[in-house]
Amino acid sequence: MERELKYVGKRAVRIDGLEKITGAAKYTDDLDFGPSMLYVAVLESPYAHAIIKNIDTTEAEKMPGVRAVLSGKDFPEKFGLYLKDNSIFPADRVRYIGQQVAAVVAETPAQAEAAVKKIKVDYEPLPVLQNPLDAIKPDAPLIHPDLGKYEVVPWLYPQPGTNIAHVRKIRKGDVDKAFKEAEYVLEDWYHVPHVVHAPIETHISVALYSYDGRLTLWNSTQSPHTQRNIIAHSLKIPHKNVRVIASYVGGGFGGKAGISMEVIAAVAAMKVPGHPVKLRWTRKQEFQNSSQRQELYAHIKMGVNKEGKIIALKHELFWDVGASAEYGSNVVNATGFSATGPYYIPNVYIDSFAIYTNRPPCGAYRGFGYSEFHFGLESHIDRMAKIIGMDPVEFRRKNAIQRGQPVAYGVEMNPTGILECIDKVAEKIEWGKENKSPDPTKVRAKGFAAVWKAPAMPPNESSAAFLKFSEDGSINLLVSGMELGQGFLTAMAKIAAEELSLPLEKIRVELPDTDRNPYEWQTVASHVTWSCGNAVRRAAIDARNQILDTVSRAYHIDKANLYLEDGKVKCYTDPEFELPFEKFVIDGIEMPDGTYRGGPIMGHGMFMPEFTSAKVNPETGLGGHPNVHYTTGAGAVEIEIDKETGRIRVLKMAEAFDAGKAINPDLVEGQIVGGFVQGLGTALWEEVKFDENGRILNPNFTDYKIPTALDVPRDMNPIIVEVAQPDGPFGARGIAEHTMIPVMPAVANAVENALGIRIKDVPITPEKILNALREKGQENGN
Amino acid sequence: MKKEINFTLNGNPVKIEVMPNEKLLDVLRDRLGVKSPKHGCGRGECGACSVLLNGKSIRSCITLAIEVDGQEITTLEGLEKNGMTELQKSFLQHNSFQCGFCAPGMTITATELLNKNPHPDEEEVREAIAGNLCRCTGYQNIIDAILDVSKKE
Ligand code: FES
Ligand code: FES
Repeated sequence: MERELKYVGKRAVRIDGLEKITGAAKYTDDLDFGPSMLYVAVLESPYAHAIIKNIDTTEAEKMPGVRAVLSGKDFPEKFGLYLKDNSIFPADRVRYIGQQVAAVVAETPAQAEAAVKKIKVDYEPLPVLQNPLDAIKPDAPLIHPDLGKYEVVPWLYPQPGTNIAHVRKIRKGDVDKAFKEAEYVLEDWYHVPHVVHAPIETHISVALYSYDGRLTLWNSTQSPHTQRNIIAHSLKIPHKNVRVIASYVGGGFGGKAGISMEVIAAVAAMKVPGHPVKLRWTRKQEFQNSSQRQELYAHIKMGVNKEGKIIALKHELFWDVGASAEYGSNVVNATGFSATGPYYIPNVYIDSFAIYTNRPPCGAYRGFGYSEFHFGLESHIDRMAKIIGMDPVEFRRKNAIQRGQPVAYGVEMNPTGILECIDKVAEKIEWGKENKSPDPTKVRAKGFAAVWKAPAMPPNESSAAFLKFSEDGSINLLVSGMELGQGFLTAMAKIAAEELSLPLEKIRVELPDTDRNPYEWQTVASHVTWSCGNAVRRAAIDARNQILDTVSRAYHIDKANLYLEDGKVKCYTDPEFELPFEKFVIDGIEMPDGTYRGGPIMGHGMFMPEFTSAKVNPETGLGGHPNVHYTTGAGAVEIEIDKETGRIRVLKMAEAFDAGKAINPDLVEGQIVGGFVQGLGTALWEEVKFDENGRILNPNFTDYKIPTALDVPRDMNPIIVEVAQPDGPFGARGIAEHTMIPVMPAVANAVENALGIRIKDVPITPEKILNALREKGQENGN
Repeated sequence: MKKEINFTLNGNPVKIEVMPNEKLLDVLRDRLGVKSPKHGCGRGECGACSVLLNGKSIRSCITLAIEVDGQEITTLEGLEKNGMTELQKSFLQHNSFQCGFCAPGMTITATELLNKNPHPDEEEVREAIAGNLCRCTGYQNIIDAILDVSKKE
């Protein structure tokens, strides 16, 4: 019998709402460290690629207020998440403009800045590579000549002697044969440029090293435990002595996953024991030296048979991962496994290349590469539907992958509500219904896309939870997932509330502190609701069992007859029996002889997806189980284009995602709307522009435009679909990143439906529209 | 070169010596401990540092502290002196914010709007908050919360 849920799936005010709305919420820069605080400033490379011949810090060291000067001479260590190719400070060569070459610790920010200017560096410029299609050529200059020497996880395959940091291949069936048999074949290129996360809070780290060898960091981070691990490992400090404390994060989107500038604060602190040191990125540094989203050149060849079934897909992905692939290599890996999109395709050939260039390092970005490859794929799907004369929504329905069908690497697809998502979006956007603009210079049309995404994680990622009761029957729930705004704290509280039948007001969920809270791999991959949610659920069940044991022993009631309700223990066989938690969860239960039974109730739980494996055949991608499951969804837009100016306005959107079970339905809707708008930015405006030397031309919000309240559709329709994930907490799976994925292709498809022009390169600017219209006019001879 | 300035901060008189190039945002946050205005860009582009100067919203990151000599500055801490405002209550009920970093600036701007124009329509709300960037929410729940307040009374 299904238990009726009281908290999970019900609407609620988010538990961090009050703090954030009153301004009480503390972000890292809001913490006070007193007058002994010192400040770090960083010397940035002016070259995108150069040998460092000499660094002279003598003059800088003599500047007023300076306490320490650091460079690659002091800290030559390499670091990285999956591939240790990144430098704290490069000792021998710089690889992108803005890369930190040295740093100064001083008493005021101004003194640190002034001293940085006195550091002298001799560079010998090298050829600059900015295009992955050039960098992959056999005769291209090498950006990492030591690629073969770096430490790397076993499931990535760097190619020493090239600029290829990793290649993921899938070979399933026989694509060449299938292309011959196909009735229709379409082949083309698509391009997605670099974009940035642009959280409103820039990166910030405060570090304190004490003489007893303890290093404490206060970071704005998605990854406290992973940062602790990387720092401890790279700097050879025992893990127990490294402590990472996370305050609220002012926007992450993947940019604060893993580690970047925090290592600079860590080593700076080690030079000035006893003093907290602060490093806060300026907006410009946030653009050039945190991480960006990979640029992608994608080549797609698709074959479809007479019945409208996709029988072959060749998808080649050339990713510009920038100067370091320490994190981005896994984006390339994950998308290599999944570049079929949410379709069942019997013959698949995928090559996904991580290619070094002299651009800033790229890493995790909401969507983890799926937005980029879906742009090409879902554009291609629409074009193919037109070629075969089938409605594009129908074409997607016909090919959508179903539960039990094999994905490209052979594993069976998990339960999925993809058809329901497609249908609900089609209904909401009124697919097929024409809507004319009252203004004759404007055209309206709709565009559609279907998507999927799996969390990209090492096979042994894990989450843990610890739950302790207090005298009044309230609990502190300790986890190390991060509240990034997605509603993590509220979701965890609800899961515990449900299992313990304890009102939400009685539950406090703490932000991470690696000394206090148990392990969490990272808050990435939209996986914490699922993974950490499972750990919390187990911790709550553990606590419940302890409660029932204690009460059963003390009252001689069979455990099976006891249950929890509203913070009390009750009994099926004795309706009079009622024992509130506060009566015993710390102090125990008094027996007639004056002795006590029980003691403090503390639940713990952990979760690791023990069924996953990254051990696959590197040549085929087959043989392992690299992903836990896929979340599917669909999105559509209705746009209006001004034919004279080329300007696009999105009038309406609908997006549906299969959340399995929406723990916080209103926050899931918030994710859909927010993710859509972030996607809209990348569809219409956002692009990091570089000059020929590799310098970013638009590192600010005036020249790099992100959506404002005026730019977004007035009619936004988030839709939740729930086909339970069998191993998810209450059936839940993640949706937060996914919401961004349909937008670029949906807009491009709408543009074609409006004007008959196909834009294969985002963002879809008015200029591109007008150029395409002009070309089309010339083709038509007018 | 330091200059003494006097101004009213959230209803209380403040006297402080500042350098002529010190930004109001830094003085508020680092020297007076008023942490609700946030540093998002330092260039007047994002609105996270918004505060009220004599009731009108300004970007404190590009305002020199000496400019507010003799003036009245209000931050979120001042608005909620007598408990949460109707607007804040509405933000709470609508789950308007996600990461929350833009919330103080957004609240300042929306408060200014509702003071000037208690019953704005949706486009007026969008217009008013267009200079406050939010990367998380897509703005919808923020706008709905403001409109809800405007419909009351
Ligand atoms: S910090 Fe002042 S406008 Fe961005
Ligand atoms: S809620 Fe994150 S920036 Fe607005």
